[in-house]
Amino acid sequence: MWQFFHKLGSPKWFYDIATRLMPWLFWIGVSLFMAGVVWGLAFAPPDYLQGNSYRIIFIHVPSAFLAQSVYIMMAVAAVVTLVWRMKLADVFIKSAAPVGAVLTFLALFTGAVWGKPTWGTWWIWDARLTSMLILLFLYFGAIALGNAISDEKSSARAVAVLVLVGVVNIPIIKYSVEWWNTLHQPATFKLTEKPSMPAEMWVPLLMAVLGLYLLFGWLACLRMQTEILIREGRTRWVKALVQTGGNA
Amino acid sequence: MTSELGAMKAVILRDLKSAVRQPSDLLNPLLFFVLVVMLFPLGVSPEVEFLRQAGGGILWVAALLSVLLSLDHLFRHDFDDGTLEQLVLQPQPLFLLVLAKTLAHWLLTGLPLVVLTPLLAVMVHLDGNSIRVLCLTLLIGTPVLSLIGSIGAALTLGLRSAGVLLSLMIIPLYIPVLIFGTGTVMAAADGTPVAGQLALMGACLVLALTLAPFASAAALRISLSNG
Repeated sequence: MWQFFHKLGSPKWFYDIATRLMPWLFWIGVSLFMAGVVWGLAFAPPDYLQGNSYRIIFIHVPSAFLAQSVYIMMAVAAVVTLVWRMKLADVFIKSAAPVGAVLTFLALFTGAVWGKPTWGTWWIWDARLTSMLILLFLYFGAIALGNAISDEKSSARAVAVLVLVGVVNIPIIKYSVEWWNTLHQPATFKLTEKPSMPAEMWVPLLMAVLGLYLLFGWLACLRMQTEILIREGRTRWVKALVQTGGNA
Repeated sequence: MTSELGAMKAVILRDLKSAVRQPSDLLNPLLFFVLVVMLFPLGVSPEVEFLRQAGGGILWVAALLSVLLSLDHLFRHDFDDGTLEQLVLQPQPLFLLVLAKTLAHWLLTGLPLVVLTPLLAVMVHLDGNSIRVLCLTLLIGTPVLSLIGSIGAALTLGLRSAGVLLSLMIIPLYIPVLIFGTGTVMAAADGTPVAGQLALMGACLVLALTLAPFASAAALRISLSNG
């Protein structure tokens, strides 16, 4: 167990593992996601209330899921960065943050597109929408801080502190926003309660969620590999790798 | 224990003294507070009904912004002249000294804002009970703003364009306090009891008081090792 943990600290070891892992993540992820999305968009039955517009959940729900879990993963990596000073953890934070931000944006965007036919408006200051918007800004803050500090080590640790402070705040933000919403805005619009979906709806949804998780894993590996190559550019194994054309 | 308290007291007294000798740093956030509040009647609507409804929120947003504006001073001078490094080297735990500095920051910005609030609250036509509750929420809320802000100030220490970055990082974290604060004032205006909401704000304060000094102490060490 500990040996594995120590190996994780070695960029070269991770690079090799990631190279072997990535095809699996990519192909299983793509096939699950595409199968889920095609099934959901083309074959699943229309909702009795919302008709076909509900189908956007097959994109919306997976990205919203990922948007939140990526931040949690970053927080775990932040603890690892601060406690064990593991290089890979901060490579992960740096690689994952922009992906998380894009997914959060995607969740907000698809939510807005869905909101127009369903609620009759692009945006309402609903609790869930607002807390996702705040999450987007938490991502932006972490990315901006990382870019602003030029020294690699302090940049990593500063971002780790910020991400941890953010993750402590996420539940507070979530509850305060919900509380604010119920106080000020009694059900002009309401997020339709999650319907007890039939299997033809939730199976493709689950497939899309799992597929997107795997795809995120693939993308994170890819971005981490790139980041590792940039950082370890002076080491012998990277030079050897470049000279053999990446087939080491 | 006495040496820790003594060190904290020394830090607070020193910060207060140096602030009194640089009164513009002390006054500017207050002037900013008044100016922002002034913009709302001019920019949105001077009608009594609107101001009465929005007044609590306006004052809270203005207070939040002026605390945010003043955060840059929290560690900047000490960072520039090397005092901060001496603080880090003290035998007393750094988080206590950071707590002392944050406390001094609150005494110099948050508290004057609270003192100024009744005057501005009358200008936006809040009634007596609302003004009392507003002052109370600001009294509990501004220390939270200072404490959370100290983390951001410590993280952006020594960076160029720290101001905008600081706002980008800290404003999302301020949202819960703002919501609780304005919500309490609204509830008071509606005549509903506010004890529960004040207790929630108190919980925020306790949480910030226990966790924020550790985070800003860690951030300070990172920023110092950077420079």
